[in-house]
Amino acid sequence: MTLEFLEPAFMQRALLAALLVGIAAPAVGIYLVQRRQAIMGDGIGHVALTGVALGFLLNTSPVWTAVLVAAAGAVAMELIRSYGRTRGDLALAMLFYGGMAGGVLLINLAPNGSTANLTTYLFGSVTTVSDSDVVAIVWLSAFVLLVTLGLRRQFFAICQDEEFAKVTGLPVRALNLLLAVTAAVTVTVAMRVVGLLLVSALMVIPVAAAQQATRAFAATLAVAVAMGVVTTLSGTVFSYYVDVPPGATIVLFALGLFLLVTALAVPLARLRSRAGDEPGGGSGRTAAEPVRAPAGRGPR
Amino acid sequence: MTGVAADGAGVTEPVVDLSGATASLGGRAVLGGIDLTVARGEVVALLGANGSGKSTTVRAVVGRVPLTSGGLELFGTPIARFRQWRRIGYVPQRSTAASGVPASVREVVSSGRLSRSRLRPLRRADRAAVERALQVVGLADRAKESVNRLSGGQHQRVLIARALAAEPELLIMDEPLGGVDLPSQRILAEALRTQVAGGASVLLVLHELGPLQPLIDRTFVLSDGLVAREYGRGEADAAARVHDLACHPHPGAAGEPAETDRTGLLT
Repeated sequence: MTLEFLEPAFMQRALLAALLVGIAAPAVGIYLVQRRQAIMGDGIGHVALTGVALGFLLNTSPVWTAVLVAAAGAVAMELIRSYGRTRGDLALAMLFYGGMAGGVLLINLAPNGSTANLTTYLFGSVTTVSDSDVVAIVWLSAFVLLVTLGLRRQFFAICQDEEFAKVTGLPVRALNLLLAVTAAVTVTVAMRVVGLLLVSALMVIPVAAAQQATRAFAATLAVAVAMGVVTTLSGTVFSYYVDVPPGATIVLFALGLFLLVTALAVPLARLRSRAGDEPGGGSGRTAAEPVRAPAGRGPR
Repeated sequence: MTGVAADGAGVTEPVVDLSGATASLGGRAVLGGIDLTVARGEVVALLGANGSGKSTTVRAVVGRVPLTSGGLELFGTPIARFRQWRRIGYVPQRSTAASGVPASVREVVSSGRLSRSRLRPLRRADRAAVERALQVVGLADRAKESVNRLSGGQHQRVLIARALAAEPELLIMDEPLGGVDLPSQRILAEALRTQVAGGASVLLVLHELGPLQPLIDRTFVLSDGLVAREYGRGEADAAARVHDLACHPHPGAAGEPAETDRTGLLT
């Protein structure tokens, strides 16, 4: 087998973008899934559309205006979440609609813009990534990875138990805003690859697949990133040979991987519980008294 | 009685000093003026019926519920200026909702160390403290397991280990025995005894004194957001009885909340 698909320059750029998105999207998505905010990526995607249109209107790079508008939208969502009264979901829904409608309105105000300009951003167009796009994607991905991996313990603690995290004295509010901005940046990075309407899929599906086969957070993060990379790269290469849109291909590959892992998870868990239910034999136990409390026998 | 506090250096200054504290939740007054102190090395229990304000009291002490009036000092510092959160180990009421993403026992316990490590990575001393905390609650050999696979009692031990990981001087626990099986209750009592022997102070909400009774120096019984009675060490039995009558007038009656189904410990 030859690596012929590596020869065209557009494919080199596409694969680099796909690789970075494959790493960054699950690295952020895992925190959103942990906090049961999987839908947030979709919301940011809708808001980012206004940013893209603004870029066309101002005749500047849509990536950078999308980053700014998406970040503002993500911060708004985080504030609604943290100060949220009972109907925070309605406020979020309004933000989604406003972002989408704003995008369509602004793009038609642009000098020679029409709704058709938005299509590449809505559904992704990784094979038309330009050199300047690649530069933006590299810098933004570096930021995302630095934040999500560097502060993983802090974000883990906050998403696991926010009340406890506040009592440890961590700057929880600032970290939550940083996570929201990071998610916004990820969405803008990924919009060229899978499109704004499918961005959230890459943030959520690899995590959902990985967590069925793992027991720890760090392992889930590693497996999710590996799955993200496998699906973005294979989807991009597949769409090079078979003339189909890469964004949709990547998402369907991810879903296929999810179904595969789901099918394998049940027998895997059964094997593991057979191996793991044996008590640990007292190694590392406290000297006080042996523990005899098999898993699954809790009062509830 | 301040038997334990007397051998410490800080008999003078309480680690928790709540005076005339009032607080509301959602517009409803929950605390109507609570006066409560915890001296250094002292173990103080809060008892009371559901809705009497005991959880709100401890959540106010850790700064999670703002006081509408009254004062709160931690280690002699007013709460507004208090920054030394590493001195406090907090065990919140156990949430029943499991997190979406798997987390291992060690990962959850490690997050307790963040009050010391803050934004820097964990060092060797931090990891050692996490291992010690795991051993205290008897979960060292299950450190790699997912917390979602643990029983209620084991899960509670994880939360206590998380609080101990910071090596705190003051433990604040909200119903640490809620839904905990007997073997875990004994391990928790032993862990607490070790901490108190090491000089720690404890403020805890209990539904019943249970196996912790010998450790408790003072007991406050709350009712409708006020301290109804205060009992010293020798009166713990009386406190337990009064509380029992107030909260469980018909022991074993159908419709009792699930968390009280272990009242046999008192008899």
